Amino acid sequence: MSDSRPSPRDAAADSVSIDVSAMPRVLRRIMGLALRYPGLVALAVGCSIGAALFSLTLPRLFGQAVDQAHLLLASETASVEDVQRALVSTALLVLGAASLRGLLTGYGGYVAEKVSQKVAYDLRLSFFQQLQRLSFGFHDKIHSGDLVTRGMLDLEGTRAFIQGGMMQTLTLVMLLSVSAFMMFSTDVTMAFLALAFVPFASWILARMGIMLRVTWLRVQQLMSVLTLTMEENLQGIRVVRAFSAKAFEMGKFDVAADNALQYSFKRITLRFRAITAMTLSYYGSMALLLWYGGHQVIAGAMSVGRLTEFLAYMTLLQAPIRQIAMIFASAARATSSGGRVFEVLDLEPDIADAPGAQPLAASQGVLRFEHVDFSYDAGRPVLSDVSFEVRPGQTLGVVGAPGSGKSTIANLIPRFYDVTGGRITIDGQDIREVSLASLREYIGLVQQEAFLFDTTVTNNVAYADPWAAEDRIVGAARTAQLHDYIAGLPTGYTTRVGERGVALSGGQRQRMSIARGVVPGPGVMIFDDSTAAIDAVTERKVRDALASATKTKATVIIAHRLSSLMHADQIIVLDEGQVVERGDHQSLIAAGGVYAELYALQTRADGGGLSEDLPPEPTSDLEVVANQIQGVRA
Amino acid sequence: MSDFVFDRGNDVASQTPRRPRATLGSDDAEEIFASINPKVLGRFIPYLKPHKTFVIGAQIAVLISAATAIAIPYMIGQAVNAAVGGGDNARLDQIIAIFVGVVILNAAAFFLEQWMSSRLAQRVIFDVRRSMFSHFQDVSLSFMDKTHVGRIMARLQGDVNALQEFLESTTGAVGDIALLIGITVALLSMDLQLGLLTLTVIPALIVVRAIWLPFSKKTFREARDASSTANSALAENIQGVRTVQESRREAMNFELYSEKARENMAAQNNSAAMTQVMVPTVDVLTGLAMGIVIVVGGNAVLGGRLDVGVMVAFIFYVQRFFDPVRMLSMQYTIMQRAMAAGHRIFEVLDVPVTIVDKPDAEPLADFEPTVEFRNVTFGYDPARPVLHDVSFEVQPRQVVALVGPTGSGKTSIIALAHRFYEVDQGQVLIGGRDVRDVTLDSLGRNIGMVLQEPFLFSGTIEENIRYNTEGATRDDVISAAKSVSAHDFITRLPEGYDTQLGQRGRNLSLGQRQLLSFARALVADPQILILDEATANIDSFTEQAIQKALKVLFAGRTCIVIAHRLATIRDADKIIVLQQGHILEQGPHDVLMANQGLYSRLYTSAHASFDDAQVAATGDAEFATRT
Repeated sequence: MSDSRPSPRDAAADSVSIDVSAMPRVLRRIMGLALRYPGLVALAVGCSIGAALFSLTLPRLFGQAVDQAHLLLASETASVEDVQRALVSTALLVLGAASLRGLLTGYGGYVAEKVSQKVAYDLRLSFFQQLQRLSFGFHDKIHSGDLVTRGMLDLEGTRAFIQGGMMQTLTLVMLLSVSAFMMFSTDVTMAFLALAFVPFASWILARMGIMLRVTWLRVQQLMSVLTLTMEENLQGIRVVRAFSAKAFEMGKFDVAADNALQYSFKRITLRFRAITAMTLSYYGSMALLLWYGGHQVIAGAMSVGRLTEFLAYMTLLQAPIRQIAMIFASAARATSSGGRVFEVLDLEPDIADAPGAQPLAASQGVLRFEHVDFSYDAGRPVLSDVSFEVRPGQTLGVVGAPGSGKSTIANLIPRFYDVTGGRITIDGQDIREVSLASLREYIGLVQQEAFLFDTTVTNNVAYADPWAAEDRIVGAARTAQLHDYIAGLPTGYTTRVGERGVALSGGQRQRMSIARGVVPGPGVMIFDDSTAAIDAVTERKVRDALASATKTKATVIIAHRLSSLMHADQIIVLDEGQVVERGDHQSLIAAGGVYAELYALQTRADGGGLSEDLPPEPTSDLEVVANQIQGVRA
Repeated sequence: MSDFVFDRGNDVASQTPRRPRATLGSDDAEEIFASINPKVLGRFIPYLKPHKTFVIGAQIAVLISAATAIAIPYMIGQAVNAAVGGGDNARLDQIIAIFVGVVILNAAAFFLEQWMSSRLAQRVIFDVRRSMFSHFQDVSLSFMDKTHVGRIMARLQGDVNALQEFLESTTGAVGDIALLIGITVALLSMDLQLGLLTLTVIPALIVVRAIWLPFSKKTFREARDASSTANSALAENIQGVRTVQESRREAMNFELYSEKARENMAAQNNSAAMTQVMVPTVDVLTGLAMGIVIVVGGNAVLGGRLDVGVMVAFIFYVQRFFDPVRMLSMQYTIMQRAMAAGHRIFEVLDVPVTIVDKPDAEPLADFEPTVEFRNVTFGYDPARPVLHDVSFEVQPRQVVALVGPTGSGKTSIIALAHRFYEVDQGQVLIGGRDVRDVTLDSLGRNIGMVLQEPFLFSGTIEENIRYNTEGATRDDVISAAKSVSAHDFITRLPEGYDTQLGQRGRNLSLGQRQLLSFARALVADPQILILDEATANIDSFTEQAIQKALKVLFAGRTCIVIAHRLATIRDADKIIVLQQGHILEQGPHDVLMANQGLYSRLYTSAHASFDDAQVAATGDAEFATRT
């Protein structure tokens, strides 16, 4: 049951197997990215080959040294001094070969890392850019946490393959083939014995590598359930305390934790069983080699130096062979991670500038909806045949129940979505034919809730115009009735807000949204339920402050609180995406339809007492009034 | 550029800034290394105690594993010795047999060591996480209020995970020390002179690593910080992508991000260079040691002072003996990282739990559902009380409305009734008993609470309504939902009561979430109900349902309500008017209206028009400090 809970890594969690069929395609593509730096790749490959060759001279040198020291006892052909000199030169060769191996390995590793970091950098920038280009339609469907995971962990998994998969494979293949060649050309039987463990070890390690990756995904999935349990508990700590639900919550924790723990135990067993099997096969091979080789030496068919040489080859191969597990794990990771990164990169943004799009040539700023239809993904229609015109200086009010399509109207105007029928024009120009940047610059959309960036108040207010002068920022904050609050903060406008800064209440965030919306001075203003969390008195003040600014602009106000829009020149009432009523406040009340009913509902909640000429604010909150009175008394 | 006219003084600078007012993401990074503190280490011991068998087993296994690992090159040397100088077939076979035995023992010991220590590490980190999580259930709400959930999660996840590496490698460290000593002993006992000469490179390596370590740590830290800075920028841009596109910040943010990505690349490259620099260093020293073995050992063999097998054994030892040094220095770094994490973990566990059951606390049972505040004085900071000498009584099944401006102490009263905080003076009595004399658990089971912001958990709707009321059947859940008019919208959802709530009910409207939280309180069926009415505007249709639901909730219960709706206030049996932590007046609506006090003024002004009250209004509901 808990498995079906949504997790932050939905996409990864849904598939805890590796799509082997996608492996060649994705891995080839990653290698292609690396090959954009052919010089560096060639350098890394060259270093890796050189390192392997120097590495493989060591066993022969060891064998030579042993024979030099040992054989002299048997033969009288060389003088002691010759042998001593030979030993010194072998020692120097060993020192040289080991040092060069080290240098080439280290330098090659560095270059390979550099290539992978360049690839990561390229991918990061394209990923970032792509997310900025993809439309709301894409972002609606994908959890932001999932995108963050792709941009961080998956991108890293893709990068790591260049070093941990590509280069390691090359090193391994080099070492194996060259050493196999050298061994087979020396002694076929001995070569067979020394390499006997390789097929078995490779198989078991490759399997383990893939299993490690698959089980890792599963552990992550189980851990994300635990994370969710903890996070919700902490966010809802007051509910937990109110219900004295500690035991209940600990129970949830224990179930989630135990699931994850038991699974990671399985993973541990899997992992060390494979490593142990590999180790046994390796030493099994070595025992055979030692046994056969030893008897050969006794029989005089082989020198002791040769035996040492073969043993040294085995020692040399052990570590790279162990890497097979990591190579396969890396390839498996890169397949799923790379797949997830490329999936995003390969999308074509569905909203972009039309070919040859010109900047919007706005003169007056007349906004028109002409028979607009809209539906998400060809599903149920959200808007059908919506038409209206808002002229400069006019205000359009949009009312409707939740889900009636109100916010969709707001999102269509800056082209966050494209209409599926009809058209939207500004001064007669279809918004799909003008450039996106000019359109969005012209439209000021104030959303229900401001997303706060983790920076200062100033930077947040000036988000749409980072070059705004200070007085414009302060002015916008004043308009949004936010200035007094900001000025009261210990560090004023330089106070950090957002995730790690000062937390703002829902109403303050809405006012931030308003302030942000007015800074760039747009030509058309849209308020999408942007005062719902602001009390009626403050809302009126905001409205008054905006009055002079909106005097010459087309304004659209979307709200469910009628007091927010009953002053509009024209009000449309939406029901299931259709305009069911249209007119100004007085005429709609007179018509006695949905609007009139809504109005009655909202004012009744107030307790009645309507006066004819002065409509009361439909919201009455004693707390707000009490605050006002306090103000008077103070 | 702008045709806005703002009411502002002319004294404000109106120049455009020299640099854009723009940042992306944040660069807060926590310290990841700390010096090794035995006290912090010691505090992990209680977590290891319950797993003594594993701790001891893993230690024995690692010693066997180290001993057999040392024996392997020795056995190879012995085999070579058996083969040379005429040779001895029988002895060779014997040695190979022993070799096989040693190898099997080594593999078995290795498996047990790794298996036990990894499981142990997992177990311990889950235990540590559990005790932290459990502690968060007990610490005062004042602490929780002050701390961001994100920060707490970083403790529960990041810091706890940093321990895993440490715990896994601790057993290994014992093995590495054993290996280091073992190899030294083996080399010296096989041949003192050659052994001493070969071992001279070890101090060289230790010195090199000691010099290298601080640099390596620095670049490592820089790489980590650069990466988290870049990632934080990415995450912020993703979360705020709608605002980014609305504000046409794409180009500028791309610039800002490119810079961070570039810095990150440079830092990663530096860190890689620092890591790779160690590879040739180790190899040069290994080559040197092997050269010594070849020249000195070779001459000794030549002179007949040394068996050729010993020389072979030396060659194999030399290839291995830097491993433990490298591992130990890595473990030192891991340990420093674990110290930083451990320090933060214990900081959390050391937050004192201030509200606990008295030893002789009894459960609250068989009581008349009354609530009484007797001369209560209370402040979050005791020096600045938010409630002064507050006294009132709520009779069984009465509804009491709390009314007053922001900061008047309403929220504090309901929090104290549930003993979320401790009073500074006076007493809070439930059913005539001091809340401090009864168990917290029974308090929670008898006092229901509906918060202003409905909070739902992921899981199904049914699970949310049943929350913590184990005995409730599906029928109980449905009938509660019906009573609060939630049944209709629930059944319209694709899977009805089994519908999963995504992202804590984001797929429901605020009003619908509110109704679910009512149903949750109804299922719990407390005798006393505390309710903080939502102020946010709810669409008119749901609003009606909520009004009806409130009546159902209040029926037959003792209720204390922070009320915002006039209807709720008017219908209350008693209204308590608060101002700056004092009770100004209390009584039913009619009496208070007749009193002509603050309440009647408030009520009249709200009733007629807001504009009268608006004259010189400066107060603002949200700006005032939290009650």
